[in-house]
Amino acid sequence: MSISVPALMGQLLIGLINGSFYALLSLGLAVIFGLLNIINFTHGAQYMLGAFVAWFLLNKAGLGYWWALLLVPIVLAAFGVLIERLMLKHLYKLDHLYGLLLTFGLALVLEGIFTHQFGSAGLPYNMPEKLTGGYNLGFMFLPTYRAWVIVASLVICLGTWFVIERTKLGSYLRAATENPSLVQAFGVNVPRMITLTYGFGVALAGLAGVFAAPIYQVSPQMGSSLIIVVFAVVVIGGMGSIMGSILTGFGLGIIEGLTKYFYPEASSTVIFVIMAIVLMVRPQGLFGQR
Amino acid sequence: MAEEVLRVSDLNAWYGESHVLHGMSFTVREGEVVTLLGRNGAGRTSTLKAILGLVGRRAGSIVVNGVETIRLPTYRIAHLGVGYCPEERGIFSSLSVEENLTLPPEIAKGGMSVDEIYGMFPNLRERRATAQGTKLSGGEQQMLAMARILRTGARILLLDEITEGLAPVIVQALGRVIVKLKERGFTIVLVEQNFRFAAPLADRHYVVEHGRVAESFTAAELPARTGMLHEYLGV
Repeated sequence: MSISVPALMGQLLIGLINGSFYALLSLGLAVIFGLLNIINFTHGAQYMLGAFVAWFLLNKAGLGYWWALLLVPIVLAAFGVLIERLMLKHLYKLDHLYGLLLTFGLALVLEGIFTHQFGSAGLPYNMPEKLTGGYNLGFMFLPTYRAWVIVASLVICLGTWFVIERTKLGSYLRAATENPSLVQAFGVNVPRMITLTYGFGVALAGLAGVFAAPIYQVSPQMGSSLIIVVFAVVVIGGMGSIMGSILTGFGLGIIEGLTKYFYPEASSTVIFVIMAIVLMVRPQGLFGQR
Repeated sequence: MAEEVLRVSDLNAWYGESHVLHGMSFTVREGEVVTLLGRNGAGRTSTLKAILGLVGRRAGSIVVNGVETIRLPTYRIAHLGVGYCPEERGIFSSLSVEENLTLPPEIAKGGMSVDEIYGMFPNLRERRATAQGTKLSGGEQQMLAMARILRTGARILLLDEITEGLAPVIVQALGRVIVKLKERGFTIVLVEQNFRFAAPLADRHYVVEHGRVAESFTAAELPARTGMLHEYLGV
């Protein structure tokens, strides 16, 4: 079979874009799971919320994309802090199942509210002017906004990895993930750390929502359709591994893109097939510890 | 007489439904080395954990440097000057040796410098770049667990079974470390199974049985009490 370079590159680019979202979202899930031991099923809804807050900022307050990049993570972090303080913190001593039920229920409530208010058709969000257009690379056309999303998510992912794996603050986080009561016995305010970590994870989801707003429609279901794939990514990468979630996120995005080119019929299932294989061969995930 | 830095009175503690301490009472004065002796399950480890609020529920009174701590959260208790070396050592596998050493935040001025600590534990200096703290040998991990609380400015050290499972030569090295720490004026509470290790180091001994203090005596009274001690410890 003959290979059409522009079509292949086009699919690779879509794969990289999807991979950016997988990586950003699974990174947030990994950070939250590491410290809180809670699988944050609200993550998709929080991503959707991020896109909606960006839309509100633009349409109700006249604040554009760049403001959204700054304000949405702050708003979503505050929302996360509130959820953790009011609800999640009562669940740490209970079975994992309760955290799952609560966060899943919250996701349904949030999506329900937004579907009721805005319907499911989706709202348009215009690309910021500076990021419209694109580059002709000769073998393909690269839209500026997509390049921006890929680079920005890479920077955020690697920055988060750096902070967690290479800094003093990160060493508290890693230690508290292993043995929170001992870290507390050393005088570290671990409950506050847990609250802020959840806030940070939710802010990442919100930020991904802002990135997504100009590409996809801002719609109440945008999170739930994405998050299923993201959970598969997390299972493949191994729960709780930071670098694992970044590499698997981008890697699976690319694999998905390639599948779209070479065997489009399988493109929507390839990630789940890989998940099934990984679960059989290495149940802890590619980068998981146990 | 030196000032009291730790006073535990009528301490009761629970893990869930199980009641593990039944009215523990003892005191420790500044600069003293005090042991909590007793059989496994007598409540010695639980006593140290209860001092830091690491048990499920506790009642009674624990005064650290003049401050009542029974209702304080764990991280606040540490800031009153308590350093804790847990029985399981608690070395973090996701932290390098050096990160493990520098993890506990400074809680007061006057802690030992990293250089002084490496001087006291030369093995740790050699192994400081080891990427995973848990890759160290048992003895090295024990040293690391002790070393990291010397940096923080904590003056009251709670050391839980530091000789457990270690070779005699390492136990002797740890004994010399305790002597040095005592010379530096640290106050030390030792939970020990190894009485022969603890006896020459301690100023006073408490025998713990069924979650309370059954006997107490000074180092000078020790020879006269050996018979009683053998009965309690079953050695």
